[in-house]
Amino acid sequence: MPPVPLLKPDSFSRFQSTGVQKLSLSLLLVAIACLLLADTSINTSEPWQEISRIGLGMLTPTILSAPELFSSLATTLAFALLGVSVSALLGMLLAHLFEWRVVRVVSAFIRSIHELFWALLFLQVFGLSTLTGLLAIIIPYTGIFAKVYAETLEESDQTAYQLLPPQTGRWSSHLYARLMTALPQLIHYTQYRLECGIRSSSVLGFIGLPTLGFHLESYFKQGYYSEAAGVLYLFIAVVALMRFWAKRRFIMPLLIMSILWLPFQTVVNTDLILRFFGHDILPSPLRQYGLSSIEGWQQTLSWSITLWNEQALIGSWNTLILTQIALVGSGITALLLYPLISPLFFTRKKRVAGHLFLVILRSIPELILAFIILLITGPSMIPAIFALSWHNGAIIAHLIGRYTEIIKLRVDSPKGGNLYVYEVTPRIYKPFLAFLFYRWEVILRESAILGILGLHTLGFFIDSAFEELRFDRALFLILITALLNILVDSISRTIRHRLRLSTNPNVQSREI
Amino acid sequence: MINFTHVFSSSRLAKTLATILMSVSIVSVSNAEPFVFTAIPDQDETQLKQRFGKVATYLEKTLKVEVKYVPVKSYTSAVTAFRNNQVQLAWFGGLSGVQARRLVPDSTAIAQGVEDQFFKSYIIANHTTQLQRQETLSDQLANMTFTFGSKGSTSGRLMPEFYLREHFKQSPDKLFKSVGFSGDHSRTIALVQSGAYQLGAVNYKVWDKGLADGKIDTSKVSIIWETPDYPDYQWTIRGDVDAKWGTGFSQQVKQALLDIKDPEILNAFPREGFVPAANSDYQPILNTAKSIGIID
Repeated sequence: MPPVPLLKPDSFSRFQSTGVQKLSLSLLLVAIACLLLADTSINTSEPWQEISRIGLGMLTPTILSAPELFSSLATTLAFALLGVSVSALLGMLLAHLFEWRVVRVVSAFIRSIHELFWALLFLQVFGLSTLTGLLAIIIPYTGIFAKVYAETLEESDQTAYQLLPPQTGRWSSHLYARLMTALPQLIHYTQYRLECGIRSSSVLGFIGLPTLGFHLESYFKQGYYSEAAGVLYLFIAVVALMRFWAKRRFIMPLLIMSILWLPFQTVVNTDLILRFFGHDILPSPLRQYGLSSIEGWQQTLSWSITLWNEQALIGSWNTLILTQIALVGSGITALLLYPLISPLFFTRKKRVAGHLFLVILRSIPELILAFIILLITGPSMIPAIFALSWHNGAIIAHLIGRYTEIIKLRVDSPKGGNLYVYEVTPRIYKPFLAFLFYRWEVILRESAILGILGLHTLGFFIDSAFEELRFDRALFLILITALLNILVDSISRTIRHRLRLSTNPNVQSREI
Repeated sequence: MINFTHVFSSSRLAKTLATILMSVSIVSVSNAEPFVFTAIPDQDETQLKQRFGKVATYLEKTLKVEVKYVPVKSYTSAVTAFRNNQVQLAWFGGLSGVQARRLVPDSTAIAQGVEDQFFKSYIIANHTTQLQRQETLSDQLANMTFTFGSKGSTSGRLMPEFYLREHFKQSPDKLFKSVGFSGDHSRTIALVQSGAYQLGAVNYKVWDKGLADGKIDTSKVSIIWETPDYPDYQWTIRGDVDAKWGTGFSQQVKQALLDIKDPEILNAFPREGFVPAANSDYQPILNTAKSIGIID
């Protein structure tokens, strides 16, 4: 391999690295190519009757049963707080071992499976219980924390760590020399993850856990839009007011309250566990012929090949196409929206409105966004593209918008459009790309759950397998999804390293 | 032959662990466990609550034991709850009943609605398709957009798919421009009425009730074809209830269901009344599910 040329000393402060431009351009070209391959037809219909009912519902929010709703709000928060705390601790542990390949692969594997699918798996073993809800959050979030913490630690100032005497113990050097220097970013990220945790916890209601999503989905599906709006606004209010209640000194009391609130008397039935692992997830030919029969293994091979040809291949293809388009869509959305919350562009008052808009956009579950767009455009890839792009774009916009708060401008910096195009956007472009690469995986995962649109993504087939109670097939397809995710992860890791993308912004204005 | 389950369960550690865990769980459960039932969420949840709330009260009075209805979110969770003995009785659709009874060997179908012996589905269309009601499926359906109900629904998916395949000699994926799964019958009607999908398949009972309640705008959406008859919904009970609630308990439950005469309960289903059912009544459903590849 040819040696990587040394970067010129001042190249860190320049955004116009050709690598970044090439990367952006190629992502754009790939997305355009995918767009040509995708079904983007619009089937004009008469959605306005339904849309106006939705609109009316949003203007007249109703809370049908307050005690029930507040109980599910408490459950939503309890799952999120406990789930995120436990996975933050586990993730930190793994982050310190992240140079081990096996840790990286395991993290990529566990986070590649959507919370809903984890929950569906645990549902078979633990039923609709606290344990199912917690594990469905803890497992994928541990994988996410491990990766992000590890990369934050890598990017932080390594001086102290390198100056340690050689005999310093592994854990103490990690704790004192690495963790402490990166602490502010780590806390910032963990707070943001708590918001994601509340969203995930809410979405678990879609499959029957008693969180807010349970009511939101039921009301919305049945066309009770006022009631759905009531639940949605409650959820948005909780997220929007996070900076007032998710404070460090409240965390311990909140955690204790969560433990007290959740019913923990899960009946762990070993028969169910054994049945699931010893029977349900075995490929059906093996179940039929027994493990020791050659015939069974031969049949299993052809079972796998059929599944691969009929579902895995087409599922992966559609998933990748949708992901690549939605990735660029999210990027564009984020770049357009981030100024809304940036102090460099808007006054404090206007930014409140901007924040609220972004909170709303990222709090509406993709499934509901997709449904509304489906009403207007008819079934094709378009609803999925917009739903994923807006949702993820709003999240990235929030993250990079917050980063512009610490950018110091020169006195003679340009104003308005010029400031946006020539100064701020270039400065945040690298962290922006880094965030976008994180979302790559997320989008891949989420493209899985839009089955209502009839898109044959991997998630569509996994959902079908669960629906047909074929856990062997579900597991096979989940493994394929995981491999795809590990592939995407390693590509994004390589690109990140090669282009030195970091989530730390280029804060200082260039000295002359 | 090595039996995988056996290898695991013979481990002493697993057994000890199981005993400890079970004894822990027993503490929190009161000794008088209620008789629990559920139903597939095939339509508007508020209607389901109203319908099965009445059934629970009736059964409690008749059987003299505590009876509880638990709502579930999906067809699969209804089957899973039944399989895991979290519920002992369930109002299943044809397909979910077949799936459940395959997973719980001693379980039996005990009663079905009078109408469930001759159930049917409608294919409905948005008015912009300009399709009229016909005796046979029209070739004009090809390349339109189409939505089923839930993936696990008999009347919203299994039987319509079977007849579409039989007539057009190809799978719905190939036949239609796109195929969605709305999730339930009420949603299917809403999606076709709004024109988001041009065509849909729907349970005839849900359609008729929607029509009677004035929830359907027939200038926007109408029936273009109906399937031949097939057996559908039924009450299925676990085989081990007699051991827990006393000999003859399942017979008592069956009789109680057959004896429902209260029009208020029956209208909520809506069924004229209940008649005895047997597992063998649903053999055609099993065969169909196998033929379209939903069951191995």
